[in-house]
Amino acid sequence: MITRRDLIKNAVTGIAGIALPLVSVKIINAAETLFPDRFEKPSVLWGFVVDTLKCVGCGLCVKACKEENEIPYNTPISRTWVERYIILKDGRVLIDSPDAARDGYTSQKVRDTVVNPENIAKAFFVPKLCNQCENPPCVQVCPVGATYKTPDGVILVDRTWCIGCGYCIQSCPYGVRFFHPVHKVAEKCTFCYHRITKGMKTACVEACPFGARQIGNLRDRNDPVAKIISTERVAVLKDAYGTKPQVYYIGLDENVR
Amino acid sequence: MIPEIQEIVVHGAEWTHKELFTYPNEYIYWTIQIVMYPLMTGFVAGAFVLSSLYHVFGQKDLKDLAKFSLVFSFALLLVAPMPLLFHLLQPQRNHHVFMTPHFTSAIAAFGLVFSLYAALVAYEIWFVYRKHFVETALSLSKKADKTLAEKAQYFINNLLTLGAYNITEEAVRKDEKAVKLLAAIGIPIACFLHGYAGFIFGSVKANALWMSPLMPVIFIMSAVVSGIALCMLTYIVIMEYKKFKAVMAKGRGDESVLLIKGAEMEVISKASRYLMSFLVAAISLEILDLIFRGYTAMKSWDILRSVMYGKDFVNIFILQYGIGNLLPFLILILPGRNLRRVTVATILILFGVFMMRWNVVIGGQAFSLSFSGFMHYHLPIVPHSLETFKEGLGGALMVIATPYLLFYFINKFVPSLGSSK
Repeated sequence: MITRRDLIKNAVTGIAGIALPLVSVKIINAAETLFPDRFEKPSVLWGFVVDTLKCVGCGLCVKACKEENEIPYNTPISRTWVERYIILKDGRVLIDSPDAARDGYTSQKVRDTVVNPENIAKAFFVPKLCNQCENPPCVQVCPVGATYKTPDGVILVDRTWCIGCGYCIQSCPYGVRFFHPVHKVAEKCTFCYHRITKGMKTACVEACPFGARQIGNLRDRNDPVAKIISTERVAVLKDAYGTKPQVYYIGLDENVR
Repeated sequence: MIPEIQEIVVHGAEWTHKELFTYPNEYIYWTIQIVMYPLMTGFVAGAFVLSSLYHVFGQKDLKDLAKFSLVFSFALLLVAPMPLLFHLLQPQRNHHVFMTPHFTSAIAAFGLVFSLYAALVAYEIWFVYRKHFVETALSLSKKADKTLAEKAQYFINNLLTLGAYNITEEAVRKDEKAVKLLAAIGIPIACFLHGYAGFIFGSVKANALWMSPLMPVIFIMSAVVSGIALCMLTYIVIMEYKKFKAVMAKGRGDESVLLIKGAEMEVISKASRYLMSFLVAAISLEILDLIFRGYTAMKSWDILRSVMYGKDFVNIFILQYGIGNLLPFLILILPGRNLRRVTVATILILFGVFMMRWNVVIGGQAFSLSFSGFMHYHLPIVPHSLETFKEGLGGALMVIATPYLLFYFINKFVPSLGSSK
C-alpha cells in the first residue's frame, strides 16, 4: 500500500534523481572545442552599406560579381542584383530586374510596357545582395550543417557537403539563394569572402563607379561603414522576419520589397 | 572550370513561368516530389493508425483490415525516402543527413525518426507473424523432398523466426502483448513522423502561406484520412479480385462468395466511420487556418488572397474542398451506403488529399517573396532529361507504383490478406 506521503516523497526523489545527471550534461560545439582561438570574440564583423541615392542602375556590380564568382554569365540567376522601382502618379508600382540587371537599365520599358516619363512620380534603383543575417534562417534549416556562419559574420556554403535539398533557398526571405547550375549545390553571395579576408574589397564594391556599395568592419569604430551605420539614418530590409541583416541601406523607400 | 559550352540549365527554370516581378533567383524549387513526400509519409502514418485501432483499441471488426494495413504501411514506409532522393540535387550524399544531422533543421530529424519508426513497424510485424514463421518452417522441415523454392522458403522462414521457436499458448500471448505495446508506442511516433513533415513547411517564416503553427496538426489529420482511405481502397480492390476468382471457380451464389462479400462490407463500413471523423477534423482545421489568415489580414494577405481566390481558386476550392472533401463526405454520410459508393468516395478523398499537398507545396511557391509577382508550375510530362523525369510525371508515378511492388514481395512472407474467419 502506497501512502500519499510515500508517493510524493518518491516522486520528488525520482525527479531530482533524473534531473541531476541532466543538468550536468553540456552540449558542446565540436568546432569550438577543437579550435577555441577562432571563437574568441573576433575583432572583425563584416557589414555592408548600400547607398540607394547613389545607384544609377548601370549593373557593373552584377557583371563583376558574376565573373569573379563564376556564376554562368548567360543565366538569369545571380548572387547580387539591382532592382528598378518606378512609382507612377496613379499610385501603381512597377518593379523589374531583367537578367538581374547585368546589362544595366538602358530602356524605358518595364517588361512589355513602355513607361511615359511624364507619368512617373518617383523612380530609383535598389541593389540587393545577401544580408549575412545575424540570425540566419538558412543556417538554421540546413539539415546537414553544410551552410554555416563564420566567426566574422559571413554565411558560407560547403560545396562538398550540401545535399541540394533546397530548404535554405525556401527559408531565405530575401531570395538571395539559388542552385549553382554547374556545381548543383546551394549558392549565395559570400561578401567575396576569398577577397575580404585577404584585405581586398568585394568585386561589386570595386566595380561600382559611384560608391553606392561599401563594405567594412563593424567592430572598428573608425571604419567608414561602421561610422555611417552609427551616425546616419539607415534601414534594413524586411526587419519583421527577425533575421537581423548586416546590410544597411541609405535612402530606403517604403515601396522596396 | 565552368564549361563554356552553352545549355547550362538553371534548376527550376524548365517548369517555372514567372509573371510580373519576382526576384531573379526565385523559381519553383520544390516540385512534384515534395508533393509526393508528405503524401507517402501520410499514407504510412494513416495506415499504421488504422492497424493500431485494432491492436490497441481492440476494434475487433477491423481485424482483417488491420493486418493488411500494418504490412502495407511497412511497404509504404520503405518508399517514403524515395521522393526525397529523387528531389535532392546531390542524392549520393543523402547519408550526410544521418552522419552530420544539424538538429536545428526540421529535416535533420528525418533519419532518426524514420529509422526508429521503421524498426518499430518491423518489430510489430515480427511479433504478429512469429507464429506463422515457426509453423511454416516446422511444416517445411517435415517435408522430405523439397523443391528449390521450398528450400528457399524454408531457409528464409527459419531465418525470420530469429531462433524463437516457442509457440505455446503462453508465448503467443506474450507476442500479442508486445504487439499491443508496440502499436501503442507507434501511434505517437507515426504522428510525429508526419507532424514534423508539416513542421518542415509550417516553420518556414519566409513563406507566407506555409508559416502556421496549425500546419503539423493539419498534416497529421489529413495523413490519417489519406492512410485510411488508401487502405480501404486497396483492400476493396484486393477483396473484389478474390471474390471474382471465387465466382469464377464456384459460381455466383456459392457460400464462399457471400462470405467474402459480407466480411468485406462489414469492415468497410466500420472503417468509413473513422474516415469521416478524421475528415471532419482535417477540414475544420484547414478552414480555421484560412479564416484566420483572412481575418488578421497581415501584409501578405493581399498576395495570398489573389493566389487563393484567383489563380488557384479551382485547385483549392473546386478540386480540393469540393470534389476532394465535400463530395465524398456527402457520399459517405447519406443513408444506404454500399461498396460502390464507398469506393468512389475513397478515390475522391485520395484525390482531395493529393490536391491539398499540391496546393500547399506548389501553392506556397505560386507567389514571389517580394509579394509583387507570381510563379506558375508546369509539371514536366514528357521528360527530356534525367531532371525532368525525376521531378516530373514519370518520377511521381514511380513513387506511387513502388509500394505495391514491394507489398507483393513482402506479402509472400507475411501473408496479410487471408481472412481470419
